Parts: sequence; structure tokens; C-alpha cells
Amino acid sequence: MEQLIVNGIITGSIIVLGAIGLTLTYGILRFANFAHGDLMTLGAYAALTLAGMNLPFGVVFVIAMAFTAAAGILLDTVLYRPLRKRGSIVLLISSIGAALLLRNLILIIWGPRMRYYSPDIQIAYMLPFGIRIKPDEILIIGIAAALIVLVHLFLKKTRIGKAMRATADNAELAQIAGINTDRVVMWTWGIGCALAAAAGILLGMEVQLRPQMGWDILLPLFAAAILGGIGRPYGAMAGGIIIGLSQEISTAFISTAYKPAVSFAVLILVLLIRPSGIFGKEGRWS
Amino acid sequence: MVIGGLESYLIVFLVMSGIFAILTLGLNLQWGLTGLFNIGIAGFFAVGAYTSAILTTVQSPDHLGGYGMPFITGILGAGALSGMIAYLIGIPTLRLKGDYLAIATIGIAETIRLVFTNESWLSNGTRGIAGIPGPLREALPHDYYNLFYLLITAAFAGLAFLFIERALHSPWGRVLRTIREDEMMAAATGKDVFHYKMQSLVAGAVIMGVAGGLYAHFIGFISPDVFKPMQFTFLIWVMLIVGGAGNNTGAVLGAVVVWGLWTGTEFLIDALELSTDYQTKAGALRIIAISIALELILLLRPEGILGETKKTSD
Repeated sequence: MEQLIVNGIITGSIIVLGAIGLTLTYGILRFANFAHGDLMTLGAYAALTLAGMNLPFGVVFVIAMAFTAAAGILLDTVLYRPLRKRGSIVLLISSIGAALLLRNLILIIWGPRMRYYSPDIQIAYMLPFGIRIKPDEILIIGIAAALIVLVHLFLKKTRIGKAMRATADNAELAQIAGINTDRVVMWTWGIGCALAAAAGILLGMEVQLRPQMGWDILLPLFAAAILGGIGRPYGAMAGGIIIGLSQEISTAFISTAYKPAVSFAVLILVLLIRPSGIFGKEGRWS
Repeated sequence: MVIGGLESYLIVFLVMSGIFAILTLGLNLQWGLTGLFNIGIAGFFAVGAYTSAILTTVQSPDHLGGYGMPFITGILGAGALSGMIAYLIGIPTLRLKGDYLAIATIGIAETIRLVFTNESWLSNGTRGIAGIPGPLREALPHDYYNLFYLLITAAFAGLAFLFIERALHSPWGRVLRTIREDEMMAAATGKDVFHYKMQSLVAGAVIMGVAGGLYAHFIGFISPDVFKPMQFTFLIWVMLIVGGAGNNTGAVLGAVVVWGLWTGTEFLIDALELSTDYQTKAGALRIIAISIALELILLLRPEGILGETKKTSD
């Protein structure tokens, strides 16, 4: 069980990073971006190419995040912005198209086979309580924790971070208060996609790279974002860890193949009991 | 009458177009009329296909079954179970904003795929269910069977068409359209929005389940691979949006046109005899092309080829 909790925290850290971006775009732009998982994949593969150039790990990480942020802003400019007036469902349909587009572009550029960042097999450390953890997994938790602290500082301390929270909370009120919505939208895509890239890279380290990897994790991301309350980055953090833990702990009782179904079950429970999420305001989203 | 190679290919194409037309009509009821965003079409289709297969096949050690029921019972069962699942999905989601239904339907489609992939006792896992009988399959020569099946498919497609066409012009359909345009207004006129949405969701899912059953009996074999959730669902959406959401003729036209382009390009890729790696990439290119086509339609011609005809007098 201790091992499953550790695994849950590792999976949870990855889900948290993906879910923060998803919840921010959902809350601020008012639509469920189904291409978010595939933006994760894009970041992971960009890092693969950069790693092939023998750049240091930190540099690879930062460039991949910047690249994915730019891709997200580009996607918004050519596709989502012109459709914005037509409502959230049209945006949702177009995001599914964008998701398929991205995934298949990735498949064409990098090929359909599984890829790895490093061919080495890592030896796990043995910790008390019979817990085994690989060096990469410690790195995953560490990087995720560091990024979460950065996001926290960004949202609390910077003007644009505050503007983002205000817009997610109440877009009309934020606009009346003189917040430049276009700038907020651009930053939302930037931050959301940079975090998606980070999540993608960490996921690639934990398992392996496949063109389908981001899409397959989208359901847990949505479950985490809704559990935490749409538009609430802190909620997404809690939601991500809860989803990660429930997915891993479920493997003690049911087949591991059903992990994605577990996050679906949690999602349905949340929708039945408290659709606004743990941290969301009652009644806002119904 | 002798059926030649080209005719025989055409018959298969038309049967498949008919099955897709039924699916697109089901989606037209949910989305085109009511504005319900279902992206779990593959799941409802799969439930229909497996239900009908399990009800009609003879005893097999590989999967649940041995009921040997007639074709029509299988099809009815397919629609019923698919509708039941839609009902269960509707309960937590239909009182909420539309995106929640979208996320929940994708979840149910994925869960359904996982169940059929992993529960071997039920569905023989990835190896799938073979030997699904079809009406008069043994009695007729292959091509004539396909021709006969085309009539059956056309009959079901016609039934779905007439049902939704009737709905379009009925008071019930008017309530659905009001819900699509403005839920508050529908509620303000005293309509129970939740129940109308539920009826539309379930009726659409029944139609999709029937399409799944028809598919299973036509091909005779199903496996979880057939129902790659997103690609399949996306194709149906493209069919409806290309044809024109809210317009039944558009839905059928979209299904035939898009299915024609889809299989046509597949045929072309096969004919080029590329290596497997390039074949995968050519397949990916095909999806990219159809995604771009969808985005262009959304940006430039949102009403589709035909669009919805106005129901009000000017």
C-alpha cells in the first residue's frame, strides 16, 4: 500500500501540472480544450529532439516549455480566437480537430514507435516500508513541486497572475475593473502550455513517449480539473493528487487496465455530489 | 442478374454509408436538434455491436453467449442497452453545462472500450467475436446477401430518417430546438428541460446502438479495435457538420460524402503499396486532412453544405 501511495504521488504530480493548464484555459477562456493532452505530447517530443542535440537537461526543459507555449498561442491565434464569439461548444469541436491534427503531425514527424529519453535502465532505491523509487521518479516529484511553487508565486505576486485569477473568477467583473483580457488570454495559453510541456516530459520520463500519450491522460486531467473546481489552479493541484492516488490505489483491488476508468468514476461521483468541485463556488457552473 | 466486381464494391460501400447515415442521424437528433454534445458515439456503437453479437451467436467457449436469438431481437437489444447506458450518463450530466456531457461521454466510451478489451469472459478480449450470423447469410450467395443487407440497412436508415423528420416538425422537436437555442427560455415556458434532453439523448443513443448491431451482423466479426473511440466519433461529427447540423438530408449526404472520401483515400493508400511505416504516416496524413477540412468548415461555412432550414414563417 505504501508503494501504491508513492506511485500515486508520482502520477499525481504529472496530472497536477497538466490539470493546472487545463483548468486555467477552461476557467478563463470558458471552454474545455480537448487539445491540451496533445500539447503535452508535443512538449515531450520537442524535448526528445532537443535531448538528441546533447543539450543539458535544464535547457531542454525550458526550451521545450517555451516552444509549446508558443505553439499554444499560435493555435489560439489562428483557430480559437476567430471562433470565440461562436460559443464554447464550437470551440470544443474545433479543439478535438486540433487534437487529432497535433497528434497525427507528431506521428508523422517522430514516427509511431515508442521512444525513450534514455535507454538506460534505472536501479530503484530501496526506502523504508519496502518502498522502491527510481531516481527519475524523485526528479519528477521534485520538478513538479518546484513548478507548483513557481505557479503559486506567479499567481499571487505578479500583476498578470492576479489578473488571471480575477478573470477566471469573473470575466465580466475583471474587464470592468480594467483588466486587459487579450493579454490575460495570451498569458493563460503561455503558462498553461508551458506546464503542459513539463507534464509531457515528466510523463515521458515515467513511462515512454507515444503519439497517443497525451490523449490517453486527458480524462484524468479533466477529472482533476473538475474535482478541484474549474478555473481554480489550487483546486487542480489537490484534484490531481487525489486522482493520481485513486488511480494507483485502485490497482490493489481491480486490474491496472482500468486506471482511466477510475478517474472517470471519480468524475461521475463529483458531478453527482458537487459539480462545482471541492473548491468551486456552489451553483456557478450549473 | 450477375453482380460484377464494381457493383459488389458499390453495394458494400452503400451498406457502410447507410450504417454511418444512421449514426449521423442519431447525432443529428442529439446535437443538431437539441444541442447535446455527445463525443462517445463509438461507445454506444460498440455496445450495440457487442450486444447484438452476444445475443445472436451460437454457444462459444470464448465469450458470453449461446443465446442464438434471431437477428431482429439482437438489433432491438442493441438499441435498448445503448439507450440504457445513455440514460445512466444523462443523470449526472444533463443538469449541468454542455461540456460536462462531452467529458462524461468520452469517459464512458473509453470505459466501454476497456471493458470489451479486458473482460475476456464477456467479449473474448482483443481477439473479438467472430461468426456473428446475419439474416439469410447461409441461404444467399455472398453478393446477393450483401444486396439483401443493403435493403435491411436502407429500411433502418429510412425509419431513423422518418422518425427524426417527424420529430423536427412536431411540438416535441420545437421544444428540443428551444432548449438548444435558449435553455432558460424553454424552462420559463414551463418545459421540463432535463426530461426533454434525456429523451433526446436516449433516443439518439438507441439509434446509434442499432447502427452498431447492423454493423456487427454485416461484417460478422467485431473486436475492440474497430471502435477506436476518437477517430470513429470524430468521423461521425465531421459527417454531420459537413452535411449541415439540424438537417436530416444533410446528415445523410454528409455521411455518404465523407465516407466516400474516407474509404476512397484508404483505397488509394492501399493501392500505393507503401511500406508499413509509410502506410501509418499516410493514414495520419488522412486524419490531418480531415481535421483541417473540419476547421475550415467551422471557420468559413459553419452551417455545412445544406444547413438547417428555417421552420418559422417569415
